[in-house]
Amino acid sequence: MRVALFITCLNDIFMPRAGLGMVHILERLGIDVTFPDGHTCCGQPQWNSGYQAEAEALGRHFLDVFEGADYVVSPSGSCTAIVRHTYPEMFRDDPGRLAQARALAPRVYEFTEFLTEVLGTEDLGASLKGRAAYHASCHMTRMLGVTEPPLKLLRQVRGLDLVPLAHPELCCGFGGTFAVKSPELSVAMGDDKLEDVVSSGAKILVGADPSCLLHLQGRAQRRGLPLRVMHVAELLAEGAGLL
Amino acid sequence: MTTPKRGPQTATAPRTAATPRPEAASKAGSRASFRRRALAALGDAQLRRAVRISVDEAGAARNQAVAQLVALAREGLVRGDFAAMRHRARDIKAETIGHLDLYLAQAAGAIRQRGGTVHFAAGAAEVGAIVRDIALTRGVTLAVKGKSMATEEVGLNAALESAGVQVVETDLGEYIIQLAGEKPSHIVAPAIHKSREEIADLLGRATGRSLPTDTPTLAGVARRVLREKFLQAGMGISGANFVVAETGTVCLVTNEGNGRLTTSAPSVHVAVVGIEKLVPSLEDLALFLSLLARSSTGQKISVYTHLITGPRGPGEADGPDELHVIFLDGGRSSILGTEFQDVLHCIRCGACLDQCPVYRQLGGHAYGGVYSGPIGAVLTPLLGGFAENADLPAEACSLCGACGEVCPSAIPLPDLILAHRRRMVREGRDHSGLGLPLRLAAAAWTRPWVYRASARLGRAVLRIARGTGFPGGAAAPATPAGPVSPAGPLAAWLNGRDLPPPASKTFHELWRERQQHGRDGQ
Repeated sequence: MRVALFITCLNDIFMPRAGLGMVHILERLGIDVTFPDGHTCCGQPQWNSGYQAEAEALGRHFLDVFEGADYVVSPSGSCTAIVRHTYPEMFRDDPGRLAQARALAPRVYEFTEFLTEVLGTEDLGASLKGRAAYHASCHMTRMLGVTEPPLKLLRQVRGLDLVPLAHPELCCGFGGTFAVKSPELSVAMGDDKLEDVVSSGAKILVGADPSCLLHLQGRAQRRGLPLRVMHVAELLAEGAGLL
Repeated sequence: MTTPKRGPQTATAPRTAATPRPEAASKAGSRASFRRRALAALGDAQLRRAVRISVDEAGAARNQAVAQLVALAREGLVRGDFAAMRHRARDIKAETIGHLDLYLAQAAGAIRQRGGTVHFAAGAAEVGAIVRDIALTRGVTLAVKGKSMATEEVGLNAALESAGVQVVETDLGEYIIQLAGEKPSHIVAPAIHKSREEIADLLGRATGRSLPTDTPTLAGVARRVLREKFLQAGMGISGANFVVAETGTVCLVTNEGNGRLTTSAPSVHVAVVGIEKLVPSLEDLALFLSLLARSSTGQKISVYTHLITGPRGPGEADGPDELHVIFLDGGRSSILGTEFQDVLHCIRCGACLDQCPVYRQLGGHAYGGVYSGPIGAVLTPLLGGFAENADLPAEACSLCGACGEVCPSAIPLPDLILAHRRRMVREGRDHSGLGLPLRLAAAAWTRPWVYRASARLGRAVLRIARGTGFPGGAAAPATPAGPVSPAGPLAAWLNGRDLPPPASKTFHELWRERQQHGRDGQ
């Protein structure tokens, strides 16, 4: 089985370790992993800020780069949702591109979704000691509808004590360009999320969307909170001795 | 639009006197005004605590009510669960709004047939003139009023008071904010931002007494004051939650009973109704009543549901001598036929406010208009001017999608917020400073080598920025209260957040090395 990596621009620049973790896990499961040289950005920042033409340009590029892939797998629920749900809407008046987007949509998966739903794998033989809280990102939950896969994988990690949050449904405040357009509000929302995590007793904050994690990590670090922020692929790969 | 009301919250800490009041900041009409008002709200600990308690309770009650519906549907005891109900609601609203002229004519005919008088008002000035005229020709000097967002929208109280007609709000929450000289901060719970201490203080000043802060005493004081007003008033003013086109029935929903007294004790009842409030039939009304109560307060049905069909008829004991229904356009007809038409499906339940993570931080005044939360971010630019309010959809939303998930009429609120953002860009109104980087990135990143080079360069810049005290980066306070500086995106990020430790190599670089040197020992 061949999988093309949709690493996302944020992971590429800020969290390459999560991307590596993902590669190691997929390869351990016997997957032939490829990474298209032309991979850049899916255009989500432009789309969500109202820059339609610019988002479409990046969307067209993306569709061409990943054309014909068996599976496209991404360490971001949010960016996966853009390709699966937004591209068909973005190109609804462009028959050629719409056909391309519709052909690609069912083959794009978020990483944990791919492991559990396509490969049927939940136990990666990982072990990692610690108390962890999982942050469910809004787009992964509400746009993609993926809620259980990361939890299924994390529950199998030996020694990991997974604790629930009081308000798992609340946005962490990242919100793409919202984070810099309304920084005070974004930070206040991040503080609420971090308070929730800290009062859960967790020392590890794990999530499946690099954007939320960058925001929460940046805020936790600024406040000096003793919290390790990890991408789920990073945690699983580390626990399985692959990173 | 009297709505099922929730009581004021019960947080005990008093408001810090030194903190700026959001409504003071709201007068600044500049482009950055949402951000400025948001800053004021973020600095008000009492307000934030009060709003959080209230929306968390309301949100939980709503979620529980929806879960109950799902359970009942499983047992076959209701016609479809919440999802099925809201899709029916959306279809009914789409039909009604799609043929609004026909339903309005039908409703007007039915109201007149039952002895009511129908008026059509283009906007605030017309509503003010019509109600003033009714009051002055009948010698009315005191009017009692039920909770109504439409009359807030047109500023009816001020219009009447300038003509010498005193208006007293009779919904407890509205009465409290009228005493405080403020605007409602929530569609359903207008005094959501007030603590019981503030309420005791306001009622105490109104009655010239020092009052304890327990709810029974405060409610009792308000009840005694308002009961007098009901008996003295020559006119009762209400909104309407719905108007049934086939029967001309004005439907009002309340939890306090003030709606009944307002609309039946005085000899004249005036209902001000947004033209989008129509539902075709009584059967349709049943569906919307069920959705409204569950979505706004988690109740199966509100305590009082009034169906007002015409004034008091011959031989009837109760009701006013005259019923006037004023249909308000107020900019609504200009939304018809646009990509925003679905916003006219709103039934003003407040569920999107209760589930919104931004509203939860700020309350309603930061939105600067009559409507707040996600529905305010969509509706205010449409009704109150796009240029003045484009910052709401641009800055008051993280696109988390919670509002779209709970809306009982299935309004795609996040999509409409995005549509506003596209319009903002089309009209050249994006002054966030992000336009250039977003455009440059799009132009450059369709060329992979430029992308890779810029990723490497970006990382280098970030590493420098991180190491050396970039403006705002070193030790910015958690919630700065000062004026907004026109800083770039990076400074905005660093204002409160650190940058991640920059990776020494991008994934692209790591991948390339891996391809050249084999797979790191595997």
